[in-house]
Amino acid sequence: MTHEFVTNLVWLVPLPPLLAFALIVLFTNKNKALSHTVAISAAFLSWLGSMIIFWSAVTTEHFGKEPFALSIPWLPTGDTWLRVGVLIDPLSAAVLFFVAWTILMIFVYSVGYHNFGQPAGDHDHAGLPPHGATVTDEHGHKHTVLSIEPMYSRFFAFIGLFAFGMYTLVVSDNLLTLFVGWEIMGLCSYLLIGFWFAKPSARAAGVKAFMTTRIGDVFMLLGISFLYYATGTLTYREIFTEETLHVLATVPSGVFGLSAAGLIAILLFIGTIGKSAQFPLHVWLPDAMEGPTPVSAMIHAATMVSAGVYATIRMFPLLSAGWHEGGPLTAAMTVVAFIGAFTAIFAATIAVAQNDIKRVLAYSTISQLGFMIAAIGMGAYIAAVFHLITHAFFKALLFLGSGSVIHGMEHGVYHTGNHKVDPQDMFNMGGLRKKMPITFWTFLIGGFALSGFPLITAGFWSKDEILADAFVNGHLMIFITLAIAAFMTAFYTMRQITLTFLGEPRTKEAEHAQETPWTMTAPLVVLSFFAVTYGWVGIPEHFPLLGGLVPNWFHEFVGGTLAEHPPVLEFSWIPLLTSLVVALGGLGLGWFVYRDVKSQAEDKFQIPLLKNKYYFDEAYDFLIIQPLIWFSEVFVSKWMDKSVIDGILHLFGPATGGIGSTIRNYFDVPVVNRFFGDGSADATYWIGKNLRPIQTGRIQQYLILSMVVLFVVGGLVYFLLLA
Amino acid sequence: MNFPILSIITFLPFVAAVIMLMVPADRKTEVRGIALATASMELLLSGWLYFQYLTGHMTGYQFIETYKWLPALGISLKFGVDGMSTPLVLLTGIVMFTGVLISWGVYDEEHHISAGIQDRPREFFAFLFLLAGGVFGVFVSLDLFMLFFFYEIAVFPMYLLIAIWGWVKTREYAAMKLTLYLFIGSVVALVGALVMYWTQYQNTGVLSFDMIQMESAGFSAAFQYAWFLPVFFGFAVLGGIWPFHNWSPDGHVAAPTAVSMFHAGVLMKLGAFAALRVGIMLLPEGAKQWSWLVMAFAGVAVVYGAYIAFVQTDLKYMIGFSSVSHMGLVVLGVSTLNHDGLVGAGVQMFSHGVMTALFFAVTGMIYDRSHTRQIPELGGMMKALPFAGIGFIIGGLVSMGMPGFSGFVAEFPIFMGVWGRQWMLAVVASISIIITAAYIMIAIRRVFFGPMPEKLEGHISPITTLDKVAIFTLSSCMVIIGIFPAVMVPMVETGVKHILDLLGGA
Repeated sequence: MTHEFVTNLVWLVPLPPLLAFALIVLFTNKNKALSHTVAISAAFLSWLGSMIIFWSAVTTEHFGKEPFALSIPWLPTGDTWLRVGVLIDPLSAAVLFFVAWTILMIFVYSVGYHNFGQPAGDHDHAGLPPHGATVTDEHGHKHTVLSIEPMYSRFFAFIGLFAFGMYTLVVSDNLLTLFVGWEIMGLCSYLLIGFWFAKPSARAAGVKAFMTTRIGDVFMLLGISFLYYATGTLTYREIFTEETLHVLATVPSGVFGLSAAGLIAILLFIGTIGKSAQFPLHVWLPDAMEGPTPVSAMIHAATMVSAGVYATIRMFPLLSAGWHEGGPLTAAMTVVAFIGAFTAIFAATIAVAQNDIKRVLAYSTISQLGFMIAAIGMGAYIAAVFHLITHAFFKALLFLGSGSVIHGMEHGVYHTGNHKVDPQDMFNMGGLRKKMPITFWTFLIGGFALSGFPLITAGFWSKDEILADAFVNGHLMIFITLAIAAFMTAFYTMRQITLTFLGEPRTKEAEHAQETPWTMTAPLVVLSFFAVTYGWVGIPEHFPLLGGLVPNWFHEFVGGTLAEHPPVLEFSWIPLLTSLVVALGGLGLGWFVYRDVKSQAEDKFQIPLLKNKYYFDEAYDFLIIQPLIWFSEVFVSKWMDKSVIDGILHLFGPATGGIGSTIRNYFDVPVVNRFFGDGSADATYWIGKNLRPIQTGRIQQYLILSMVVLFVVGGLVYFLLLA
Repeated sequence: MNFPILSIITFLPFVAAVIMLMVPADRKTEVRGIALATASMELLLSGWLYFQYLTGHMTGYQFIETYKWLPALGISLKFGVDGMSTPLVLLTGIVMFTGVLISWGVYDEEHHISAGIQDRPREFFAFLFLLAGGVFGVFVSLDLFMLFFFYEIAVFPMYLLIAIWGWVKTREYAAMKLTLYLFIGSVVALVGALVMYWTQYQNTGVLSFDMIQMESAGFSAAFQYAWFLPVFFGFAVLGGIWPFHNWSPDGHVAAPTAVSMFHAGVLMKLGAFAALRVGIMLLPEGAKQWSWLVMAFAGVAVVYGAYIAFVQTDLKYMIGFSSVSHMGLVVLGVSTLNHDGLVGAGVQMFSHGVMTALFFAVTGMIYDRSHTRQIPELGGMMKALPFAGIGFIIGGLVSMGMPGFSGFVAEFPIFMGVWGRQWMLAVVASISIIITAAYIMIAIRRVFFGPMPEKLEGHISPITTLDKVAIFTLSSCMVIIGIFPAVMVPMVETGVKHILDLLGGA
C-alpha cells in the first residue's frame, strides 16, 4: 500500500454511505431487502477502506510527522480558497477505527431490530412503531408476532446519511468540513429521533435535540468566524503551527481577559457542549431516547456524541495554547475541565434514579463524556482519546444490548397481549439471563467495562488513566469528583444489570422474553470483544506486573499527533487503589441493594429531584422559552411591528387625508374653485350679459361703434406709443 | 455586433404579454401554453447567459449593448451584466419558469378542486410578464435612467396582480401599502439620481446617465455623504430594510402564489441590487461613511424578522417575516463592504430567491387544497403531498444555513465578513440562526408531520406533474450550489472585486 494510494482512499471512505442514501431514496425504497443490502454493502466498503487506512497508519514509521493529507479548493474566499481536504493523522486513524466498527455493527443489527423477514403488520402504517402481525400456524392457532418496520428502507437511508456525516467529520482536515459533517449528523439525529413522526413525543424530542445542539452550533460558527478572521485559514495543520498558536495565545480577545486562542477555544467548545450533551445543554439526549429505536439512540448517543469530544480533542493545541505540561491550566482549559467534571458527577446522580433501561444509558453517556472532557481540560490528551474509544465500544455494546433486551421483552408483550406493560421499564424485567443468555453475557461485559472492572475490561484502563492523570498532576478536586462519579457509575450499572437480568422475572412478559436473532447478537459479540481487548493496547508502562508486558502502543501512536510527544505518566498507587475500590465497591453495593428488590416501591433511590432530572426542563421552559415567546409575540410582533411601525404608517393615511381636506376646504373650494374657477365663468357670463344690448342687428349702429373704437384705439396708440 | 441576448431576455416577456392579450379570453390553455413557452425560453436564455459567463471565466461588464434613446439628455438603452447581476438574471428566469408552472394548476369542478390561477389567466400572465420584463430590465441596465424606467415597470403590475388576484381579505390594503412604500422609496432615490446626473454634468461637462461613466464622475466626499443615505435607503425599501419592511409581509400574504414567488424571490432582490449598484458603487465614499448605520439597521432586521416569524401562525406571514430576516442578511453582507460579506450577500440573493420561491410555491399548493394557511389547522401533509413536503424541508434546511445547501455557502461568508467588521454584530445576528431553526422546525413538525385534522382528510388532492417540476427545479438549484459552490461563488467574486476597487481596495 503506497502512501499515495492510501491518501486517495481516504477521500473515498465517506462516499459509499452517501451513495447508498441516494440509491435507497431514489430507487430501492420499495424493496426492503435490496435497500438493506445496499446500505450494508456501503457500510462494509467504508469499513474496509477504514481498516486499510488504519493498518497503513499503524505500520508507517513516524506517522504523526507524515500523515495522509490531500486537499482541494471548495469555497473561494478572498485570495485563498477555503480548501476542503482530508487528513488522517494518528488521532483520526484511531477514531476512524472505532467509527468504522460501530457503524458496520449498527447497520447489521438494524436488520434484526426492524424485524426483517417478519410479516407486515395488520394495522401498521408509516410513522408509528410496528404493532405486530397475526399469523396462523399449522394447527390453526393464531399468534401475534413482531411485524416489520413499515419505513424499513427509509431507516437505512437515514443511517446511511448519518454514516456519511460521521466519516466526513473524522477524515476532515479543517473546521469547515468538520462543521459540515457535524451539521449533517445533527440533521440525521433529528430525522432519526423523530423517525416515528406520528408519535408526538418523538416529534417533540426531535425538535428539542435539534434546537439544543443548534444553540451550541451557533457559538461554534462564531468561533470558526473568529478563528478565520484571526488566522485566515481553517485547516488544522495551518492553525496548529507554533507561530500561529503563539500569536493567538498572546493577542487579547477583549472578552473576559481571555486570549484570542482561549476565546476561540471556548466558543468552539460550546459547540461540543451541545453535541456531546454536556451541562447545561444536556437536556436533549435523554429525551432523544423517546425516539424510536435503540439503534438510533445508539447512533447519536454512542457515536454522534463522540464527535463533540473528538472536536474538542482536535482543538486541543488551540485550547492549550500557552500551556506547558505540568504548568497551571489556561483559563479555557479550566472552563473545559470544570464543565466536564461537573457533568460527570451531575449526570451520574440522575442515572441512579432512572427506570427506563435506555435512559440510564443516556445519562451514563453524558457522565462518561464528562470524564473525557475533564481529561482534555486538564491536558490529559491521550487519556481522553483512550477513553473516547473504549467508551464508544462498550457503550455501543450496551445500547445494542438494551435494544436486544427491549426486543426480547416486546416478544413477551405480544405473547401475553398486555400492551400496558412498558418493555423498557427495568422493573418489568428480571431474570432475563436465562431467556437471553447471549445478550446477558455481552451486556455484563459492557456493564463491567463501563464500571471499570479491574484489569480485564477496557473501561478500567482508560478510566484509570484519567484518574491517574488528575492525581499525578495535582488536580485534586477533579480527581475526587471523578472518583465519586466513577463509584456511582459502577453502582447504577450494577443496579441495571441486577434489575434486568438477575433474580426472578417480575412480570409474565419477562418470563416469555426470547433471545433475539443472530443479526442482533452477532454485533454484540463483536463489540464485547473490543470492550475487553481494546484496553490492553494502552496499559501504562509503569503499571505493576503488567506494565511493559504488552507495549503501550496507544500512547506511542496517538501521542504522535501532537507536536510534542506527551511524557509518560509517573505511576502512583493512590489512583490505582481508588480505581479498584470505586469499581468493585460500586458493583458490589449495586448488587447488594438491588439483589431482591421486587418492585419500584422498594427502590430507595426514587428521589423526585433526581427522577425529574433536577427540573432542568421545567426551568428552561420557564426561564428561556416562555420569555422568548413573550418577547417575540408581545414586544416585537404586537408592540414594535404592529403598533409602532404600522402605527406610524397608518398615521400617514389620516394625516394625508387631513392635509387633503384642509386644502380642499380652505383653499381649493373657496379660492381655486369659487374665485378662479366659478369666478371666471361668472365673470364671462356677466360680461356677456351686459354686452348683449349692443347686439342690435342694425348695420349702421355697428359701423358707428367700429368707428368709435377705431378712433379711440388709434388715438391711444398714437399718443401713448408714438408720441 | 454580437447576438443581442440581453435585449431579447428583457423584451421577450413584453412581446409575449402583448401576444397573450390578443388571444381570446376563453382560450385558457393556449394562453398558458404561450406563457410556459416564453418562460421556458427565458430560462434557457438566462441559463445560457450564466453558463457563458461562468465557463468563459469572464470578469467585469459583459454582453454590452448600447442603443441611442434620447441622446439630447444622454439617455441610452445600455445593457450589460457582471458577476453580481448574472446570477440574478438566472434567478429571474428560474422564478419565472416555476411561477408559470405552479400557476397552471388544476381545475375539477366535480371534486371542487381548484389550484393555480383559474380566473382570467390571460390578464394574469400578461401582467406577470410585464413584471418579469421590468425585473430583467433592472438587472441588465447599465443606464441609470433605464434602471429607473424598468424599476417602475416592475413595481406597477404588482398593484394590479395583488389587488385583482390576491387574497380577498387584505388585498386592497396590501396592494396600496406596497405600492405607496415602493413609489415613495423610488422617488427619494430618483431625486438622488437626478442630482448625481446634474452634478456629473457640472463636474465633467458630460450629460449622461451611463452608470459606468458615473463611477468616475468625481463626486466630492461631501456630496457623497449627503446623498448616499437617500439613494441607498430609497432602493433598500424594496429590499425590505427595517423599519421600512412592513409592506413586504403584508404583500406576500395578499398576493397569489406566483406573485408571492416573484415578490420575495426576485422583487426584493431588485431593491438590494439597486441599492448596491447605485448607492454603493456610485457613491463609495458615502457608503464608507454610513456603512455603520446600514449595518445597524440590517442587524436589527435580521433578528427582528426572525423573532416575528417565530410567533406567526399564518404560514405565509411566517415566510414573509423570514424574508425580512434573510434580506437583512443580504444588506448586512453588503454593508460590511469587505470581500467575504459582499460575496456572501451576492450568493444569498440567489439562494434566498429560490428558497422563498419554493416556500411560497409549496404554501400555495397547500392553501389551494386545504383553504387555510394557519399552521395549527394544518397537519399530515407529508403523507398527502410527499413531494411538496420534501421540497419544503429542503427549503427549510437552506433557510437554517445547513451545510450542503446554498444557504450555508451564503451565510458562512456573511458571518465571516461581519465578524471582520464588528464582531458584536455577528454575535447579535447569530441569534437569528437559532430562532430561524426553531420556527422552521416547528412549522415542519406541525404542517408536515403532525396529525392531519379530520376536516382535511380526503380533501388534499395530489399535486400535478408541473408542480413537481417546479419544486424539483428550485430544490436542485439549492443543492447544487450547496455542494459545488464553485458554480457560483467565483462569478460573484468577480463582481465583488470591481466593487472593492471602487471602494478603494478596502
